[in-house]
Amino acid sequence: MLATQRDPVRTFVPAALLLLVLGVAMCVALTPAAATTLPEQPPVDTGATAWMLTSTALVLLMVPGLAMFYGGLVRTKNVLGTMMHSFAAMAIIGVLWVVVGYALAFGPNVLGGWVGFDPGLLFLRSIDTTVSTGGIPDLVFAMFQGKFAIITPALIAGAFAERVKFRGYAIFIALWSLLVYSPLCHWVWASDGFLLQAGAIDFAGGTVVHISAGVSGLVAALYLGARRGYPRIAMHPNNLVMVMMGVGLLWVGWFGFNAGSSLSSGVKTAQALTVTQVAAAAGALAWVCIEAVQHRKATSLGMASGILAGLVVITPAAGVVQPAGAIVLGFVASGLCYGAILLKNRLGYDDTLDVFGIHGIAGMAGALLLTFLIRAGEMPEGRDVIAQLGVQGLGVVSTIGYASVVTIVLLVVIQKVFGLRLGTTAEGAGMDHELHGEQGYGLLNLN
Amino acid sequence: MKLIVAIIQPDKLDDVHQALIHAEIFRITVSRVTGHGQQEDQELYRGEEVKPDLIPKVRLEIAVNEAFVEPTVTAILGAAKHGEGTIGDGKIFIMPLEEVIRIRTGERGGTAI
Repeated sequence: MLATQRDPVRTFVPAALLLLVLGVAMCVALTPAAATTLPEQPPVDTGATAWMLTSTALVLLMVPGLAMFYGGLVRTKNVLGTMMHSFAAMAIIGVLWVVVGYALAFGPNVLGGWVGFDPGLLFLRSIDTTVSTGGIPDLVFAMFQGKFAIITPALIAGAFAERVKFRGYAIFIALWSLLVYSPLCHWVWASDGFLLQAGAIDFAGGTVVHISAGVSGLVAALYLGARRGYPRIAMHPNNLVMVMMGVGLLWVGWFGFNAGSSLSSGVKTAQALTVTQVAAAAGALAWVCIEAVQHRKATSLGMASGILAGLVVITPAAGVVQPAGAIVLGFVASGLCYGAILLKNRLGYDDTLDVFGIHGIAGMAGALLLTFLIRAGEMPEGRDVIAQLGVQGLGVVSTIGYASVVTIVLLVVIQKVFGLRLGTTAEGAGMDHELHGEQGYGLLNLN
Repeated sequence: MKLIVAIIQPDKLDDVHQALIHAEIFRITVSRVTGHGQQEDQELYRGEEVKPDLIPKVRLEIAVNEAFVEPTVTAILGAAKHGEGTIGDGKIFIMPLEEVIRIRTGERGGTAI
């Protein structure tokens, strides 16, 4: 018999909660919307819309890319369980975002601006036919944003890879998405969000996506503790080939992530695309150079890590820095992340796939350093560098504070109520067999 | 001299390896194998429960001098069990070892182990 059948209460509680939420939402959704005559709306800008549709698909491509990246880095017995973490985000947040996540993130301020809410946006009902001022159908914007909501919790999974239960993880990312991601997204990107109002620059999600995921990952890694045997036993990646393919998909997808965040198809898009390419290349170059100096060898994982550091650091800055600035950011990010990972090994905590070391550190570096590299004319009016640095700092600090506090509360509650940390025997046997009843690499063994 | 061959569960490899190191047995050969003993396993394929005919195991091969036979066996017995012992925990085979030759130097016998 499967392990899940031993514990009916814990199995059915999440399912019942899910059905309850869905049922209530369905009742709301099925009541006919008030027959309003639509106000005059701008014509669809087909060029911008075509690019935003492409960007939406590109950002989704990052999720299987992330699954391959993370999946290749863990041990053989955990490859499927780790890839399932990314794919579970597609399934869970893919539904949750449409049901309520978008309404929380992009509705008008409620509860003093902590989050937004607009009942009309539940199930995306009120934007079925609307077009934004930029000439892009609102549904395209909602789906584009939905991909960011999917990838952010999936990023966190790298910090506690190889040691969590699937059910606890599924509940964690659902609640984290609603209680951490939607508020942060609202603060930074909704028109009445307080960080946007304060003039904080976060072009494509340095704070919302990378700092929040990095910090939450660090908190989770510290709370759940290290994998059994870490760092005494060497734990090697099962498939670096898959890691390289994964990071390649991430780089390609990141053009949608950053250049798509211009929400247009024009000069700003071109600027964002250019610096994304340049920063990723600079990050990769810097990382392999550091390795070549330190170890006399350039590694493939170093190349992949450098690419990722460069992509993360340019994310908040993609709209406001020029190529020279992007090169500086890429170099600095790789140096900082390389140092952060060395420091992690000294400190001995088990942020398994370096979510904080890369996403957290490079995200913070990008959000703060962009102030010094900003393109003439992009500085918010009446600000000097120091004043803007203060505003960027406010964004970073509020993200770190909020994400870490809510994450620790979620972790404690989920660990106590449903169980999150995998037991010793299950961890030894591996997630693939224990949690999913499968083997990632059956063909390598006769069976 | 004896050749000790142990078939163990894959998840116990780390523990057994550590126990062997603790008993000062550093020279081992490890391979992934599949086989079938008393244990029956269960996997899933599109909602169907599947019993694989062959189950993944790990095989250790350790060549030892007589004095190290019991410490090796004790280390493996202590570390390879699940709880009080579960079907599928594995087996240890001990067989006489006729000769050992170190390729680098050509030396033979107990000192070459």
